Amino acid sequence: MSAPERFLERLTQRRADDPSWVAARRQAGAARFEAMGFPTRRDEAWKYTDVRRIAEGDFALATDATFDGAHFEAQRLDIDAYRLVLVDGLFSAELSELEGLPDGVQVEALSQAVSANHEAVGGALGRLAGVDFSPFTALNTAFADEGAIVRLAPGVVVDKPIYVLLLSRAGGQAVMSHPRVLIEAGARSEATVIEHYSGEPEAANFTNVVTEVLLDRGAIINHYKLQEAALTDLHVASIHVDQSRDSRFNSYNLNLGGALVRTDLVTDLNGEGAEAAYNGLFFVQGRQHVDNHTLVNHNSPRTFSNENYKGVLDDRAHGVFNGKVFVKQDAQQIEAYQNNANLLLSDRAEIDTKPELVIYADDVKCSHGATTGQLDEDAVYALRSRGIDEPMARALLTLAFVGEVMDKVRLNVIAERVERAVAGRLPERFNLADLVETAEAIQEA
Amino acid sequence: MLEVKDLHVTVEDKAILKGLNLTINAGEIHAIMGPNGAGKSTLSAVIAGKDGYEVTQGTILFEGQDVLEMEIEERARAGLLLGFQYPIEIPGVKNIYLLKAALNAQRAARGEGEIPAPEFMKLVREKSAEMKLDPSFLQRAVNEGFSGGEKKRNEILQMLVLQPKLAMLDEIDSGLDIDAMKVVASGVNSLRSADRAILLVTHYQRLLNHIEPDRVHVLVDGRIVKSGDKELALELEARGYDWVLEESAA
Repeated sequence: MSAPERFLERLTQRRADDPSWVAARRQAGAARFEAMGFPTRRDEAWKYTDVRRIAEGDFALATDATFDGAHFEAQRLDIDAYRLVLVDGLFSAELSELEGLPDGVQVEALSQAVSANHEAVGGALGRLAGVDFSPFTALNTAFADEGAIVRLAPGVVVDKPIYVLLLSRAGGQAVMSHPRVLIEAGARSEATVIEHYSGEPEAANFTNVVTEVLLDRGAIINHYKLQEAALTDLHVASIHVDQSRDSRFNSYNLNLGGALVRTDLVTDLNGEGAEAAYNGLFFVQGRQHVDNHTLVNHNSPRTFSNENYKGVLDDRAHGVFNGKVFVKQDAQQIEAYQNNANLLLSDRAEIDTKPELVIYADDVKCSHGATTGQLDEDAVYALRSRGIDEPMARALLTLAFVGEVMDKVRLNVIAERVERAVAGRLPERFNLADLVETAEAIQEA
Repeated sequence: MLEVKDLHVTVEDKAILKGLNLTINAGEIHAIMGPNGAGKSTLSAVIAGKDGYEVTQGTILFEGQDVLEMEIEERARAGLLLGFQYPIEIPGVKNIYLLKAALNAQRAARGEGEIPAPEFMKLVREKSAEMKLDPSFLQRAVNEGFSGGEKKRNEILQMLVLQPKLAMLDEIDSGLDIDAMKVVASGVNSLRSADRAILLVTHYQRLLNHIEPDRVHVLVDGRIVKSGDKELALELEARGYDWVLEESAA
């Protein structure tokens, strides 16, 4: 049996009572996945990322959504939000908190939408993330029967963040999950949506998520993806964004966890005045592998994009950044800025970075660049001259490097979490958690 | 406290200091003056351990210890601090991080535990107020986007928190307006005590109106050619350096 067949065989575990629109999607996804198979490093888009660990794995589907209470409290963000929780891909009503949603705001599990046979949801799903995008998108389409549906009526500004927490469990048979996130923002609506991947420390599961975000005229979505999966977890994600006129999409793609992580982020700027900001951070160590592929399509005139990705790599970690900006011929007077800066903390860490600009219009403002380097030695000296030893000086500067992206993060609870994680994950003698706490305390005083 | 003997220093094979002798005792303030290019900044940089300076001859002893054998951070922890003429911007490193890490490093070197958070917070708030720096400064990245005056006040803030035994201040008055100068001078004066010493490197006499030195030295072409009390600074202000050059050539 081939690897795709082996994966698809698990489909028989799934219920047979899907509405017809769901069944048709599944079949299309399965057929496409079987035809494509898993990507190999001969595929340009997967040149630096070997997915054999996924293809050769044996992943069941979870059958229940129980999660240890203490772990849950430790993992979840301490934030006042509308919360929807999935455990190994299954919806947990018990851990979710969706009471009090304002009028015009729909947040529900995909299974609830399917049960209610919400055909509007069916019409939106897959509109952006076609099964041809990648074998993983096809695989997700074949399996996806759970996820989060967020729909905002025109003009609604959601008072609290919408927090989707996806947890991965440890122990027993490794499982796979194929969650689907759909965000449909009506004209001039506004919301912050958090996708948070976390779980038990020894979890070794495979998560394959697809997110679609549709922004109508003037809508604003702040999208946080905080990926703190276990260092043994496998994680593949694609995020597809479609922006109408004057809409704004702010992405914060923050990667700390995972053994093998691949994220594709694609935005289509389809209306004048549409604006996308991509803020990215990856901090990897050990033998972690993280691959970010981003694409911005400037399809309309006077559209704007600004991308800033930072990577910190230690030990034998491997990072990949492939950022592409595409400007259509009649997309005049656009502005596109892209930057990727990486910091290597070890001689054996590796980064493959490729910023690309493809421009067919002639009246544009574009810039791109990539830098990879070590820490600023003048700054190291300045700190040492105050009595701070060299390892500590380097730790402070690493935290500072990360801080440049974190300063853009408007949710303090996430900024602090990432800062603490970075501080705490530096070698022990570099541990700056205490400093971060003092700084927070003095600010609050 | 500090004993510099027959110090010869080269930078990129060019001799800058050519046999400098200087003794500073606890409780004293010394000022080093001299024309541009005389080697004033080199002296404090070598004592602080900055890269790029080669000591070809001579010794520097600080409280009997051989400074040239110490790492940069060891010198600072022992109580030798240099306030920079051009403070370095450290993007992203908050002032508060630097101050706490530096203070705790110094305490650890003395075998003391870390400073308790409330005590630290009280200390830095007090010292910031003395330097007329808003507490929000503590959250800002070290020197990033600071005005010239703010950078200099920040150097002194570090001194006030770290309480060095020997504070060396390189052209701390450059780029300061008169109000900032007064704030900086009062900070420096508050460091003055019987068991500490201060070394001022300055081109102009005006700083010495605010910080009264015990000894003034004129550094010319890599050597101290004349030493005196504060009256010497006034004389230099009035007459320039030429007469000292002529006197020393004679």
